[in-house]
This record gives sequence, C-alpha cells and structure tokens, in this order.
Amino acid sequence: MKKLIALLLASVMMIVAAGCGGGEQAKDNGKSAGGDKKITMGFSQIGAESEWRTANTESIKKAAEEAGINLQFSDAQQKQENQIKAIRSFIAQGVDIIAFVPIVETGWDTVLKEAKDAKIPVVVVDRDVKLADDSLYVAKIGTDSVKEGNNVFKWIDEYMTKEKKTPRDGGSQYNVVVLEGTVGSSVAIRRQEGFKDAMAKSPNASKYNILASQTGEFTRQKGQEVMESFLKSYGPKIDILFAHNDDMALGAIQAIEKAGLKPGKDITIISIDGVKGMFQAMIEGKANCTVECNPLQGKLLMETAKKILAGEKVDKLVYVDEGVFPADVAEKTLPERKY
Amino acid sequence: MDMLKKFSGSSLFLPVVALTVLLIFNTLFVDGFLTIQMTEDGHLYGRLIDILNRSCSLIILALGMTFVIATSGIDISVGAVVAISAAVVCTLIGGRGDGVAQMPMTLAVLAAVGVGVLCGMWNGLLVAKFKIQAVVATLILMTAGRGIAQLMTEGQIITVYYKPFEYIAGFLPSMPLPTNIFIALAMVLLVAILMKKTSIGLFVQSVGINPTAARYAGINVTMVIFLVYAFSGLCAGVSGLIESSLIRAADANNAGLNMEMDAILAVALGGTLLSGGKFYVGGSVIGAITIQTLTTTMYALGVSADQLPVVKAAAVIIICLIQSKKAQEMFDRWKASRHSQQKNDNKAILGKAVKQL
Repeated sequence: MKKLIALLLASVMMIVAAGCGGGEQAKDNGKSAGGDKKITMGFSQIGAESEWRTANTESIKKAAEEAGINLQFSDAQQKQENQIKAIRSFIAQGVDIIAFVPIVETGWDTVLKEAKDAKIPVVVVDRDVKLADDSLYVAKIGTDSVKEGNNVFKWIDEYMTKEKKTPRDGGSQYNVVVLEGTVGSSVAIRRQEGFKDAMAKSPNASKYNILASQTGEFTRQKGQEVMESFLKSYGPKIDILFAHNDDMALGAIQAIEKAGLKPGKDITIISIDGVKGMFQAMIEGKANCTVECNPLQGKLLMETAKKILAGEKVDKLVYVDEGVFPADVAEKTLPERKY
Repeated sequence: MDMLKKFSGSSLFLPVVALTVLLIFNTLFVDGFLTIQMTEDGHLYGRLIDILNRSCSLIILALGMTFVIATSGIDISVGAVVAISAAVVCTLIGGRGDGVAQMPMTLAVLAAVGVGVLCGMWNGLLVAKFKIQAVVATLILMTAGRGIAQLMTEGQIITVYYKPFEYIAGFLPSMPLPTNIFIALAMVLLVAILMKKTSIGLFVQSVGINPTAARYAGINVTMVIFLVYAFSGLCAGVSGLIESSLIRAADANNAGLNMEMDAILAVALGGTLLSGGKFYVGGSVIGAITIQTLTTTMYALGVSADQLPVVKAAAVIIICLIQSKKAQEMFDRWKASRHSQQKNDNKAILGKAVKQL
C-alpha cells in the first residue's frame, strides 16, 4: 500500500514538474532570449499574531528580494476564507508558484485542486495540512519538532558532562522534570518523542531519569503552577527542567525562585522556541539554554521554489536549520533576535 | 453536640464536608501535604499555601458570580474581562527591560479595575435595561473580550520587569503570606459586612426569586441587576491584576481562560442554585478552594496529562453527588432496604435451620 502511494506521489510530482517545465518553456518562447525571466510567487500569510509570525513574514519578504523573486504577498488576517480567496487570485493572475502558511489543517482540497489543474505548484510553509490527496502540494517547509526534542537532550547531556554536575540528591542519576505542551498537540507530542528517543539511544541513557512529566499547556501560568507542585513533591531531587516552550520555562523560573532555589544553577533549565524573554532570562543567569524553533524560513522557501521551477526533484518535507542557544551566547545573540 | 447539630444543618455543612474529604485524601496519599515551612526570607512555603495562593483569583470571581447567579443571571464574560484587566495593567506599566514603570503603578491598577467595572456595567446595561438574556449578553464580551485584550497587547505577551508589580500576587517585604491572600480576604470580609449590616443581600435574593414581586415590594429591580453585574466586573478586574502579577505578564490568550466555568462551578459547589434566589457566599468561597485543591491534588499525585481532565471530571461528579440531597435520600433508602432484606434473609435461614432440627 505504502509503495503504491509512493509510486503515485512520484508520478504526480513528475507530472507537476513536467507541467511547470512546459509552462516555463512556453514563456521562454514568448520572450526573444530566455534566461532573465523573473519568477512570481504568490504567498499567503496567516496574519501577524505574534513576534514569531512577524519574523516569519519578514524573512520571506527579504529572501524573495534577495533571490530576485517577485513576491505577491497577501495577509489573511487570521481567516481561512481570505487565504482561499488569495490563492484563487494567484491562480487567476497565473503566478509561477504558490506558497502559503495554512491557518488550519483542513479545508484546502478544493482550492489546491484548482491550483493543480492550473499547473501551478504549491508549497506549504510552517504548518501542516490534512488532504485526501497529498499530491496537491509539492513540498512542505517547516520546523522539525522531533529534532528540536533531540537537540534538547543532546545539549543537556553535553552540558552535564562538561560542567561535571553531580545529582543534587547524591544518587547516580540526574532527575529530569518535563513541562509538556498542550495535550494532543502535534508539537508537544513530537518534541517529547524526540527528547525520549535521543535519551533512549544515548550511551548515557542510564544517567538520566524522568522524574515527572505534566502538561503546562504552553502557558506561563500553568508552567508556574505545575512547577510549584513538582518542587513540593521532589524539591531537593530535581536536577534538570525541560519545558516544551519558553513561556512555560519562564513561569517555572518564578516558581523555582519562590522556593528559594536558584534557577539555572540548582536546576538546569532548557526549553524550546528561542523567544526574547528567554534570552533575557539567560542573560540574568536564570536559564541555561533554548533550542530555536526557527521562523526564518524565507531563504529555504525561495531555494526550494527555484528548484521546483527548474524541474529538479525536491524532498516532500524540507526542514529549516534550527540553532541551539546556550546561555553563554545569549548576550551576544539577543540584539540579533528577530522575535 | 448541639453545636454539631446546628452546623450539620447549616448551608455550609456539605461544601465543608466535600473539602474536608478532599483534604483528608490528600493528607493520606500526598507526602508532606500538610507541611508548612518557613523559607529563609520569612515566607511560608507549602502545598496548603499554594492552594490558598492559587485560589485567590477564583474566590474573588466566585464572589461576583454568586450575586449574579442569585439574581438568576449568569456572567460568562469574567474570564475575558480578566484578560482585559491584565492587558490594561501590563500595557500601562509597560514591558521595559530596565524595570522602569511608564505610568505610576497605582494609576495602572486603578485603570485596570476601572476597566473591569466598565465591562461589568456594559453587561449590566444589556441585561438589566435591555432585558437581553444573561448568557447571550455576556457572551458578547466573552468572545470580544479576548480580542480587545489582544489589540491592547498587540498580540504579544507583555512581560513587566517593574519590581513592585510582583507584590500584588507576591510577598510584600516581611510578610509571611502573599498579598493576594489578603486581597481576597478583604473582599470576602467586605461582602460579609455588607450582607450583615445592609439589606442588599435580601434585595438580590428577592429579585432572584421573583422580580415582579420584588418590584411591587418597592425594590428597584433594574438597579439591583445592573449593580450585580458591575460588581462581577469589579471582581474580574481585581482577579486580572492578581493573575497578571502571578506571572508578571499579560497573556491575552491564556489569562483567565475557562475561569468563568470554574467560577460558576465554585458557586454551584457552594450550594447556590443556578436558578437564583437563596445564595451562600461562604459556600462559594469554599467551592473555589475545593476546585483549586482538586487541581493541586492531581498535580501532586502525578496524574498523567492525558488522563487529567477525566480524573478531574470524575472527582467533580463525586463531590456534586456528596452534596446532592436526592442522591443522599437514594443512598439512605438503598441502605435501609438492604438492611431489611438482610434481616429477612437471616430469618429464612433461621427458619430452615429450625425445621431441619
């Protein structure tokens, strides 16, 4: 069954690629001498709900300029119907390629089918879509939550070995507590999965023990409340805190301070996202590391778009590079942070 | 004995029993539940303190909600008003990294509470003057409120670095308990005194039982309903201050999220009927503490994240059943019938044995 789907996908991609190639040829014929043709990309962004999203938008605009791609930008103001309208107008304009950040996972089949019928390749950016037919888009660009989880464990392992930290309870294992994201959200599931996988595969796996894991719903409030409870239950034992996002870590830091402990020293704190607040906390010495969830996806998007239009084969899933920022680089990095 | 009898007959009896059961359960199954320590800087530290600290904003919301429900109304906008108030205070003080306030904190605090009152007055106007059903009228702010808060914070989480802002939900220097506990206590006392010394409680109750009769009795029904919602708004405003001070930030998406439901539950657990009429302020306060105790218990027992809502729901059902008069009657009847059946059985066996002999 899987093979069949793969075969189907491959053939559809070939058709799409061939379609584009054909289009290009036709246009090239129209001009006297081809080669300096400028690609037009229609891009539909969700809106501007957070600094993270703003950074995402700016990155795409800037990358398009640098890559010499003519960008038709459309802001959907948090509404799916606006995005669908935008995509339809891109099709009507006959852009070369369409990229969009889907605000929700479902409801895209019809409009993407229209794009496919018009032989315009589609790239999904940042978020996931659920389609009956995955051939409706050529590639998906985004962040790799599993890898982020992996990186968290790798950093912890390196740091603990480097700093020669000893478990606070005098035992042989470092005790880890985890603040999970919203129950059932794909990001939370994958980050946890990546973390546990890396731990299981590590030669030092026996040195770590997950003491407790509870949801903090990605919010500061709950992160703080759950951490308070962790501290009451296992206070003198906790060595490491891993929070699925920076906000929960920031809440937890306050809880740790209230308990009379030193965040970042008594308890090593690492989280994911890389928002400015977390850098601020690292500069103050209250946190140790953040693994970036990178919004700067523009460059990769433009590269992928060029490849697709040149008829090259691209991976269905393309991930952006994501950095790891320990506290010692925080002060240097903060001014450069875009979100 | 007389005291006990008097207490068991009082309205507070069942809510107190429910809370006590929960506390006993905790004492048995959670290590060091009752331990309260003094930290080096003179603060009390322990799970019981956590419960009190965290339930403050819910207690205050439940206070306002009790009166609204007593007039047979409901206010489902309080969660959103909490978010608005949090947004107001944090944007006014400002999220400057150097810890300087853009505006004096007293002013910002007053503005936040004031906005809360305004929101409450808006609800009151719709319900009392225009006679829109309470659920629908407050639904407007419930949905729009978070949007307003988002607009104020421009979709960002505003972190306040201004030090005194922590004091609202933190420790004032040389105080053993966090300030918000005192705020909640003051509000409860204020309400208690008003109930004792004035006839406001009676007015509210009579409006809830029969507004027409109340009007004929000379009560300004419109005014009473309006004030009740305004007070609920005030409570939500104060709650918003506490919620934002706890995390030293305004999070428009999550501040006070679903708190309206918890507040309604607290009032219901406290024994006030949602159909209005007789109300129990003390019961609501205990109900709020019960809800927070339940949450803390779940975390303390380490119930896994995916099972948390189910376990919590089951616990709420049990607490409600403990307090239900009907369930009690049924239980008594079942016990009585079992008892008599057992007696009959015993007789039959005895009879058989005698015959055999």
